[in-house]
Amino acid sequence: MMKNNYVIEVKELTKMFGDFTAVSAITFDVKQGEIFGFLGANGAGKTTAMKMLIGISKPTAGDAKVAGFDVASEAEDIKKNIGYMSQKFALYDDLTVKENITFFGGIYGLTRAKIKEKTNELTAELGLKDLTDQLVGALPLGWKQKLAFSVSLLHEPKIVFLDEPTGGVDPITRRQFWEMIYKSANKGTTIFVTTHYMDEAEYCDRVSIMVNGKIEALDSPKNLKEQYNAETMNDVFLKLARG
Amino acid sequence: MKQFRGFVIKEFYHIFRDKRSLFILFGMPVAQILLFGFAITNEINNVDIAVLDHSKDATTEEIINSISASEYFSIDQFIEREADIETVFKQGKVKAVLNIEKDFSRKLIKEGKAYVQIITDATDPNTANTIFNYVTAILQKYQGTQNKSTEFPYQIAAQTRMVYNPELKSVFMFVPGVMTIILMLVSAMMTSISITREKELGTMEILLVSPLKPFQVIVGKVVPYIFLSVINAIVIVVLSIFIFKMPVEGSLFLLGLESVLFIVTALALGILISSIAQTQQTAMMISLMGLMLPVILLSGFIFPISSMPVILQIISNIVPAKWFIIIIKGIMLKGVGLWFIWKETLILLGMTVFFIGLSVKKYKIRLE
Amino acid sequence: MKTIGFIIQKEFKQIFRNKGMLPIIFVMPMVQLLILANAATFEIKNIKFAYLDNDRTPTSRALLDKFNASTYFNVLTDYASGKKANSAMLNGDVDVVLEIPPYFERDLINEKHNDLGLTINAIDGATAGVESVYVSQIIQSFNKNLRTELMQVSDNSAKPVQITTIPSFWYNETLNYKTFMVPGILVLLVTMITLFLSGMNIVREKEIGTLEQINVTPILKREFIIGKLFPFWIIGMGLLTIGLIIAKLIFDIPIVGSLALMYAYTSVYIFVVLGIGLFISNFTDTQQQAMFIAWFFMVIFILMSGLFTPIESMPKWAQAITEFNPIKYFVEVMRMVMLKGSSFTDILPQFAKTLVYAFIMNGLAVWSYKKQE
Repeated sequence: MMKNNYVIEVKELTKMFGDFTAVSAITFDVKQGEIFGFLGANGAGKTTAMKMLIGISKPTAGDAKVAGFDVASEAEDIKKNIGYMSQKFALYDDLTVKENITFFGGIYGLTRAKIKEKTNELTAELGLKDLTDQLVGALPLGWKQKLAFSVSLLHEPKIVFLDEPTGGVDPITRRQFWEMIYKSANKGTTIFVTTHYMDEAEYCDRVSIMVNGKIEALDSPKNLKEQYNAETMNDVFLKLARG
Repeated sequence: MKQFRGFVIKEFYHIFRDKRSLFILFGMPVAQILLFGFAITNEINNVDIAVLDHSKDATTEEIINSISASEYFSIDQFIEREADIETVFKQGKVKAVLNIEKDFSRKLIKEGKAYVQIITDATDPNTANTIFNYVTAILQKYQGTQNKSTEFPYQIAAQTRMVYNPELKSVFMFVPGVMTIILMLVSAMMTSISITREKELGTMEILLVSPLKPFQVIVGKVVPYIFLSVINAIVIVVLSIFIFKMPVEGSLFLLGLESVLFIVTALALGILISSIAQTQQTAMMISLMGLMLPVILLSGFIFPISSMPVILQIISNIVPAKWFIIIIKGIMLKGVGLWFIWKETLILLGMTVFFIGLSVKKYKIRLE
Repeated sequence: MKTIGFIIQKEFKQIFRNKGMLPIIFVMPMVQLLILANAATFEIKNIKFAYLDNDRTPTSRALLDKFNASTYFNVLTDYASGKKANSAMLNGDVDVVLEIPPYFERDLINEKHNDLGLTINAIDGATAGVESVYVSQIIQSFNKNLRTELMQVSDNSAKPVQITTIPSFWYNETLNYKTFMVPGILVLLVTMITLFLSGMNIVREKEIGTLEQINVTPILKREFIIGKLFPFWIIGMGLLTIGLIIAKLIFDIPIVGSLALMYAYTSVYIFVVLGIGLFISNFTDTQQQAMFIAWFFMVIFILMSGLFTPIESMPKWAQAITEFNPIKYFVEVMRMVMLKGSSFTDILPQFAKTLVYAFIMNGLAVWSYKKQE
């Protein structure tokens, strides 16, 4: 049961590696249907925090609930309800587009019929109809990325976690990608996205900014810009980082 | 030159940072040589025998005792019928059955000869043959004590001298072999992985467009492994000398030089493999699967090359390990100098040059 | 359960699409089997033999003729001096040198002692021992004939008693090493491939990042591991089958026992190897580390399997270690079933141990695979 329509609830979440504190007592909530931007510089602790939320890393301290399940003790239940796109766009380079879709669809328990339906839908949407038998490794980066995103949504999860999804592609492709994100959000999917591109922050409903493992800012982009008297989110970040 | 040095230092960092691999690189050879030095032997020990004694008289009892007294054999059971032989072999514990004929004592005294049939489980033919020979030897000795009282005319005797290994210690034969295998596999494997790793990660291209010449890149990658392998070789030799009491009849210095040569040959082979393999996985599989059995079987490590069919003897000539084993045995056990092993040394040098030459050619083609 | 099917499908596709690896997996082992099966022999023949005949009489020549006639010895040359002989032995040109002293024939007839000198290269102690036996057999047989010629045949003269041993080599009358080595080498090859492939598999997914993606899916640990086991198991059994066909057709290896029993045992055996491989794969971070560890175990397993040197000859502590060597059990079962025709009850101990080992290793593989660190 979710309280107040929050799909992600995080309280004092901490992760330590030996003496080093990667994530320090962060607290925040994410509402259903939100596009939540999890910002910060490289090495600020974003990926580490995300790994705890998606159930592949155990917290050292603190609590977090995703889709109503506890991350420390009910990780496997969380995984049934979320989608994930890793930083390396992890699809199998040596499998074709169709084979990758079939594989991940099957893992999530989709029936063969449903997989077929989804394959057609997806490839049409992405314009990959002629390339279904093409090895993913041969696809240009931008298409791999969009495909990975679509694969993460195959089982129609309530929440999808995206870790630096737009790394290394041109601005146009990035724009197209964010259009896909909007489309998904409009259908009611909650989007939790990490990025170090501050301009992408503008696209989010709310953002948090992590600096050295702590959350130093948490609000909508508009409010943050007002608060810090900045023109762009990039300026907000710079002010935060200096101050 | 400064860039080259910087590159080599970087390679050293890579290696020393990977603690797990380092532990394996140094620890494993030590563990293996200790294990094999003590465990691998061709000799037989306490082999379980069954006895089917049709005579059961004083003489047969003496014979059986002399066999049971030997450290080579241990009497496991006595069987009563021929049919039991099959049963006992099927169970797998007993390796040989002594089938002593009826009226043994009487026949020996009256006719001067009697027979003992030695039935061996020849599914392991080597052990079977050895068992037969050893039992025969024990019986001959017994026969000798019986005949001692009388002097026989026209007796030819031979004085036997076992040279290079008077105590017939099997460790002397195996330690050089184990050393060779370890150096060969580790060196070839390490280099081929190191280079293909760069290829796979894509950093090879970066290296190739740097001011370093391709030749320097490859040599730079290999230099740290030469050091590592030399340390390994030293450790192995030290262990062999102090724990297994292997002699070093010849020059330690020469041994060192030849070892470095062999290491370089193995590394060159690794480089060649890396030039053919596209991925780390392929490189590793070729280095390990492609080299392990041929090195163990065709190098003369366990099986004498002279006993192999001619075609295999010819093929064994392309196995670098074969030549190095000859060199090590020569220096350590026979005490020879360069004069006797120049041929083998030259062959290793030639192979090294060949491997490197071929690799350079392959790399040049890639770059064009 | 259906998810296992998807994993199996993906693994098979990846294996067969890897054009570089396919020849290594299928062709290389078979080529090695064909070539190496002939290599593994302890038969001592073509012994490099030379002599110094300081007597040069009909007797000495007659003795040397016996060596010429023997199939064990390859009589190379005679040396003019002991120094030359030593030098030749140092050089590796000869392994056995027989020295016939001057006045050998004269002294023999006059019943004075004048011993032959035999020098043997004993670096390979066991071979030296056998060579020594062969030489003394030839000398003794020559001696007997000579004595009969020289002596009057009379019952009064003392005759030595002779205990004659008759060999009987069961299951392999001709002491054909191939009978034993071909299946043995086949096992080694199948073991190597399955161990290396499984050892590298999970680590590779770790290295390229797809493992993380899998860990976020709801797939169960055991589904994942079983899905990975199955394709490699098929490859292992496939290699075994091809190998057995080669063994029968080209080497004409007898298969005395039940082939079905061999298959049944092998199917369990392969699971042990795969379990070990996957277990290694879970603990390493790079393919390199995985391969090194797999290599370490492989060399130990091979050399201590009883295939090349008998386990019974090892010290007790080493024999205890071999209890954990899966190949040892395979070699035992193979010898017993293929060559002796042993039944299931005969191999029950090995079968049971292997089965338990399989459960333990694969259980460990599943347990050690962490979806959440």
